[in-house]
Amino acid sequence: MKNTISLRIADFLKSYPPFDVLTKEQLSSISENIKVNYVTKNKMIFKENDDVNDCFYVVKDGAIGVFRDQKILVDQCDEGDIFGLRALIRKDKYLLSAISIEESIVYAIPAIFLEEIINTNPQVGKFLLTSFATNTRNPYADDDKGYLYKEHLDTNEKYAFLNSRSANYTKNPIQCSIDITIKEAAQIMSTQNIGSIIITKDSKPIGIITDRDLRDKAATGQVTVSEKVSAIMSSPVKTFSPDITISEAQIAMIENSITHLCITEDGTPDSSLIGILSEHDIIVLHGNDPSVLIKEIKRASDADSLKTIRIKANSLLKTYIEQQIPIAFISKVISSINSSLTRRAIELSLQEVGDKIPVNFSWLALGSQGRKEQLLLTDQDNALVFENIPKDQLEETRSFFVSLAKKVTAKLNHIGFEYCPADMMASNPSWCLSLDEWKAQFDDWITNPNQEKILLCTIFFDYNHVFGDKTLAEEMSKSIFNATNRYGIFLNFLGLNALKNPPPLSFFRQFLVEQSGDHKDQFDIKSRVMMPLVDAARLLILDHNIKDVNNTILRYEKLIELEPQNKDLYLFCIRAYKILLTFRTKVGFKNGNSGRYIDLHSLSKADKLELRSTFKTVKEIQELIRIRFNLAQML
Amino acid sequence: MLNWLFKKKYPKYWKKYLDHFTNGQPKSINEIKFVVFDTETTGLNITKDRVLSIGAISIMSNVIAVNDSFEIFIAQEHFNPETVEIHGLLKEGNIDKVSEKEALKQFLKYIKNAILVAHHIDFDISMINQILKRNNLPKLKNQLIDTGALFKKTKKCDNALKNYSLDHLAHVYDIEKHDRHTSQGDAYITGLLFLKILAELNERDHLTLSEILYSKLNTQNYF
Repeated sequence: MKNTISLRIADFLKSYPPFDVLTKEQLSSISENIKVNYVTKNKMIFKENDDVNDCFYVVKDGAIGVFRDQKILVDQCDEGDIFGLRALIRKDKYLLSAISIEESIVYAIPAIFLEEIINTNPQVGKFLLTSFATNTRNPYADDDKGYLYKEHLDTNEKYAFLNSRSANYTKNPIQCSIDITIKEAAQIMSTQNIGSIIITKDSKPIGIITDRDLRDKAATGQVTVSEKVSAIMSSPVKTFSPDITISEAQIAMIENSITHLCITEDGTPDSSLIGILSEHDIIVLHGNDPSVLIKEIKRASDADSLKTIRIKANSLLKTYIEQQIPIAFISKVISSINSSLTRRAIELSLQEVGDKIPVNFSWLALGSQGRKEQLLLTDQDNALVFENIPKDQLEETRSFFVSLAKKVTAKLNHIGFEYCPADMMASNPSWCLSLDEWKAQFDDWITNPNQEKILLCTIFFDYNHVFGDKTLAEEMSKSIFNATNRYGIFLNFLGLNALKNPPPLSFFRQFLVEQSGDHKDQFDIKSRVMMPLVDAARLLILDHNIKDVNNTILRYEKLIELEPQNKDLYLFCIRAYKILLTFRTKVGFKNGNSGRYIDLHSLSKADKLELRSTFKTVKEIQELIRIRFNLAQML
Repeated sequence: MLNWLFKKKYPKYWKKYLDHFTNGQPKSINEIKFVVFDTETTGLNITKDRVLSIGAISIMSNVIAVNDSFEIFIAQEHFNPETVEIHGLLKEGNIDKVSEKEALKQFLKYIKNAILVAHHIDFDISMINQILKRNNLPKLKNQLIDTGALFKKTKKCDNALKNYSLDHLAHVYDIEKHDRHTSQGDAYITGLLFLKILAELNERDHLTLSEILYSKLNTQNYF
């Protein structure tokens, strides 16, 4: 029955995926059958190992935590987030528990709608598959250390590339007739080294036997091997047409609890068998696209072809974002592509210079590229360190590397990484230094800090070795830590810097927008929320004397390991940073720019809420820094 | 014997309604069915004004099932243009309307013996009882809870003498005020309010029904 409440629920749901793509009729039939659950804080909605409830859940208000062993927070679901789906799809017991983190209102949607929606709307199926992929955290890989990140990687390597491409099925699968015995079929499978065999009649598939059937039915003695294959085959088989996409194939496998799909000419069981697609085929597909790009980069002979590859990488990135592949994985892929591009640009420049390099050097990426968080094309920030050399050869050597760097930065500019407006590039003689010069430079920054030097530290401390002699970069790190250990007060200055951008909510819980300039009334997502999280991570990790962890998410993971008592806060930092990276990338794609400035009017309410959820985290981490570094009296 | 004769002249739908009261309420608050309702009326005069719509939702163990909710619009001869601004219900309008008697039948069928909950329930109950009276029937038998009175048992209430409006309490409990002044919208807001107040009072899970029931004495004022 359509009524005021169901209309209001439909209004809410339609701004969140996957409900946003449903038809009005689908949406209203869901809304009319929702159960509105009210839970106070710390209430169990479902429990690990419980039988699955006949519904899945959407958070309306509040926050629901998904926990492993009832205490390890795996995921936090806020407004519009779905949970309790995985067990429902697998028709299995719950692997995780859902407990309210705060007072919440949760909509329970009956399971029948899930099936109906998946069957009628491939887009929703795709969405659910990706969220399924991100929620499928291997429950047995119980490695407390950095489990969030790890799980993202694990699942993503399997699912990241499963976009709308056609599935690459095995053509001319091995078949047999229904008259042969189980033993004969097993012999064929054994000699052909295959895990399944399809039973056909007039080349149409009528049944299938997999390793599992042999194991479960024949090897147990339930059926003797001299019987006909019809005794153990699964029949009828699920058939699909050759243009099935990988996502569709996966959904079909999950839905039907099968591991093999038969591909027939027209997709029905009444046409000829032309192939077979196994779960294994799909898993094997992972990793193809980026690795192809990286191979192309290695073969590229000029900046033009590098530019083409970078454009391809951008469209890959776009697909990932659209498919809601977790951002930690995306940034890993894109960073490795960016590093490869830089490396190739250096190699090509070295070929042009022709001369043998006078001494070893290391090319360093700085800032976001150094942290491996650069997704969109932004400015290039880089520096160069070369081996110590007698004073009389110093300037000659420097000018060699400066001219090399000029060629490299020109190529990077051509590829799409624009010149740094502040000239923070290796082609600037101030940032093309010998190892000793760098050490002196860092010593000066650390022992005589001022506003400008602190800012330089925040850029230069996040460097990442890209090309050349890595030991030079490592020497630099060592000298930084020596200096910071000697001048403890420096971290307090860095702390003050980390607090210079307060949480971006003004007194009235509105967004703080830029007051003047080109971006008046726009929200600066980079300096208002992302940099505070980046700065905090850098400061805290330096305080622990940890070298070589430059990525913000990895830094927080390391911090969780070092300070288990602050685990929840750091987990929220990771979550917030992932949201922000995704957000910025989406906005960047939409506007064709760096995504740094957001027009608040263009945001949906859901987006605003999501964005705002990260502000609280900024506030909390800044509070921690204020206390830890005793900054209250310094402010 | 007299009583039996007396009862006999009541219509079937009323007898059916009464039948639901043969069993008492379950012990645990979680097993009790609550019906939260609201009426939109032509005005505040119990005898002169008429009910234009009744909206209701059911709550059991902290769950509101959307498909078990109630919303009905009533065709009335009495009309007061002044309240149209509040509820938006026109005399003619294009909403399907039923007779007062039909609405009553359906409402009784829906509520059964559930505990009735409303904000400032005196008024809504009186309005329903007036409908019953016009149909020569006795008053409602259901036990009642008033969210306005219930709020006064919480720590959030700073002045027990004050009458807190639904708007005010929705604000206090952070409830979105969608569809205010539609009977079902208000019933839903009142429902969430009830759940939140109940959770606050029942933090230790010791609460019994008798502690939250609305004192019958208060309802006498209107008669």
